[in-house]
Amino acid sequence: MRFLFKTDYEDDIKLFPHSGYVVSYGILIALLLVAPYLLSSYLMSQLVFVCIYATVGVALLILTGFTGQASLGHAAFLAIGAYTAAYLQKYNVPFPVYFLAAGVLTGIIGAMVGFPALRLTGIYLVIATISFALIVEEILARWESVTHGNEGMRVKTLSLLGVTVPRDSPTFYYLCLAVLVLTIVGTLNLLRSPTGRAFVAIRDSETAARSMGINVALYKVKSFAISAAITGFAGVLFAHKLSFISPEMFTLQLSIEFIIVILIGGTFSLHGAVLGAIFIVMIDPFLTYLKDDMPGIIAGIAATFGASSATAGNIQSKVAAFASLNGLKGAIYGIIIVLFVLFEPLGLYGRWLKIKLFFQLFPLYKRATFKRQKIYVKSERNR
Amino acid sequence: MSYFRAENLSLHFGGLKAVDAVSFAVEKGEILSIIGPNGAGKSSIFNLISRIYRPTSGRIFFEDQDITEQPPYDIAKLGIARTFQNIELFENATVLSNLLVGRHRHSTTQLWQELLFLPSVRANEKVHRRRVEQVIEFLDLEPYRDKLISGLPYGVRKVIELARALCSEPKLILLDEPSSGLNVEETDDMSFWIRDMKSELGVTVLMVEHDMSLVNRVSDRVIALNYGRVLATGSPAEVQQHPDVVAAYLGA
Repeated sequence: MRFLFKTDYEDDIKLFPHSGYVVSYGILIALLLVAPYLLSSYLMSQLVFVCIYATVGVALLILTGFTGQASLGHAAFLAIGAYTAAYLQKYNVPFPVYFLAAGVLTGIIGAMVGFPALRLTGIYLVIATISFALIVEEILARWESVTHGNEGMRVKTLSLLGVTVPRDSPTFYYLCLAVLVLTIVGTLNLLRSPTGRAFVAIRDSETAARSMGINVALYKVKSFAISAAITGFAGVLFAHKLSFISPEMFTLQLSIEFIIVILIGGTFSLHGAVLGAIFIVMIDPFLTYLKDDMPGIIAGIAATFGASSATAGNIQSKVAAFASLNGLKGAIYGIIIVLFVLFEPLGLYGRWLKIKLFFQLFPLYKRATFKRQKIYVKSERNR
Repeated sequence: MSYFRAENLSLHFGGLKAVDAVSFAVEKGEILSIIGPNGAGKSSIFNLISRIYRPTSGRIFFEDQDITEQPPYDIAKLGIARTFQNIELFENATVLSNLLVGRHRHSTTQLWQELLFLPSVRANEKVHRRRVEQVIEFLDLEPYRDKLISGLPYGVRKVIELARALCSEPKLILLDEPSSGLNVEETDDMSFWIRDMKSELGVTVLMVEHDMSLVNRVSDRVIALNYGRVLATGSPAEVQQHPDVVAAYLGA
C-alpha cells in the first residue's frame, strides 16, 4: 500500500497524484495508439463508438453527475451537432469550422434549455428535457428544407486540411480519441478550479452554494451549455461515423443509452463515462449474438433432455419470436439500470475501486468499507 | 452610522408575523447575540439577511449600503458569510473542496482559462489553498482535510461549516446556533474560536444561540426576541434580568 506524503500545495492540484498514475495512463495511451495495428476492423469501429459515447458520457457527467441536473435530452444535443455538420457540409465549409460551429450552436441551445430548467428539479427537470428532445426530433422530421425530414441526410467523407479521412481509417479513430482525451483533460481542469467546485456545491446544497456567493442560476446555465457543447462536438463525429443521419436515430432510447453509460460506469468519476461507454457499445453485439443463437441453443438443450424434434423446433421458433419482439432491447436496458441502481449504485468504476482496495489491503479488507450508510442528520432544505 | 443595521424588518407568512418590525444595529468588531424562545423569529432574521427570504417590509444596511434588494449570491460577495442551524455542507465532497468553495467570492478566473488550467488559474488555486490552510490551522481541522463530509461526525461538521464561512474572509459572520448538538467540550472550543475570530481575525459576529452560558461568555451585547418582536437589548446580564424576557421564557 502506498502512502502519499504531501509537501506542497501543488500536490493537491496536480492531475496525477503519484508516478504510478503516469505509468498506467502512459501504457493505456500507448496501447490505444497502436490499437489500429492490432485489432480487427470491426473492433476498431466499435472502439470509435466507445470514444464518441464516452465523450457524450463525460458531457452528461458534468451536468448530471457533478451539477446534479438530470437530463434525458442529450440525444437531441447530439442530433443538433450532427445536423449542423451535415448542413454546413453542403456549403463546402471546412471541417474545423463546422466542427466548432456545431459545438458553439449546441452550447447556445443548451444554455437556452438551461434557463427554463432553473426552476425545475428532479423528475420535473427530466420531463422538461424529454420534451425538449421530442421537440427537436419533431423539428428534424418536419423542417425538410434544412434536414430533409425523414429521408435523412448523407454525410460526406471527412476532409481534414485537404486529406480525406474515411470513417473506418485509423486517422478518424485518432481524431475521435483526441476529442475524448481533450474533453476529459478539460473537464478535469474544470473540476479542480472554482467553476467545477461551484457545480458540485450546487449539486449538494443550493442554499449553501448561494450563501457562499455562487450565482446558482448562472452556473446551472453554464453547466448546461458546456455539457451541450461537448455533446455537439461528439455529434459531428457521430455523423461522420454513420455517414448517414435521420431523425429516428436520435430518439429517447439514445438518451436513455447515455444515462445508462453514466449510471453503469459510475456517476462520481470520469472513469465511469469511459467504462459505461465500453459496456453500452459492447452489449449491442452481445444482444445480437443472443438473439441469433439463443433459439438454437435452447432447442438443443431441450433435445438433449429428450424432447422430440417437432417439440424442439416448436421451442426454437417460439424463442426466436420472443427474441425478435419489438422493444425487447429497451426492456433489457431498463432491467440493467434497475439492477445497477439496486446492487451497484457506484457503478463499474465503484466495483473496480472495491477490487483494487481488496488487493491493496489483502488480507485485511472489510466488506463494510463501502457499505452504504443511512445518514440521520438530514438538513431542512430552504428551496 | 452603524456597521450593520436592520430597520423595521418584517416577514409575514400570510397572517403569521414571523418577524415584526425589528430594528437593531451591529457595531464593527462586536459580538451580538440574538436569543429568544423557539419560533421567536431568530433564524428568520438570518434568512432575511442572507436573502433566502424576501422581507415583507423594512430595509437592511451594511457598511452604509442598502442590501435589501441584492441577490443572495451578492451578499457573500459583500463580505457577509453564514452558517446554518441544520448543517448545509456539500456532503459528497472532501473537507478541502468544501472549504475551497468558501473561497468562491475571491475567484477571478474565467471559464476558458479554467478549461486550459492556465498558470494564472494555478497561481490563484495556490493562493486559495494557502488561505484555506490558515483556516484549517485556526480551527484544528488538520486530521480531516481529505475526508468526505458524509463520513464525519456531527461535531466536526459543525466546525467545518464555521471554517467554510471563515474561508471567504468575511467582515460579518452570521452564526446560526453554533453550539447546537455539541457537547460541553466542543462548546468550550466554539466559545474560544468565536472570541478569537473577533480579536485575531477582526470579524464582526452576529449569532443566534440558545446556550446561555455560551452567550454570556462571548457576547458584547444581546437582543431578546419573542413572537417576532424585540423584547430587550443590552448586556447579557441586563437582558436576562429584563422582566419581559423572564416572562417570555418562564411564563408570566
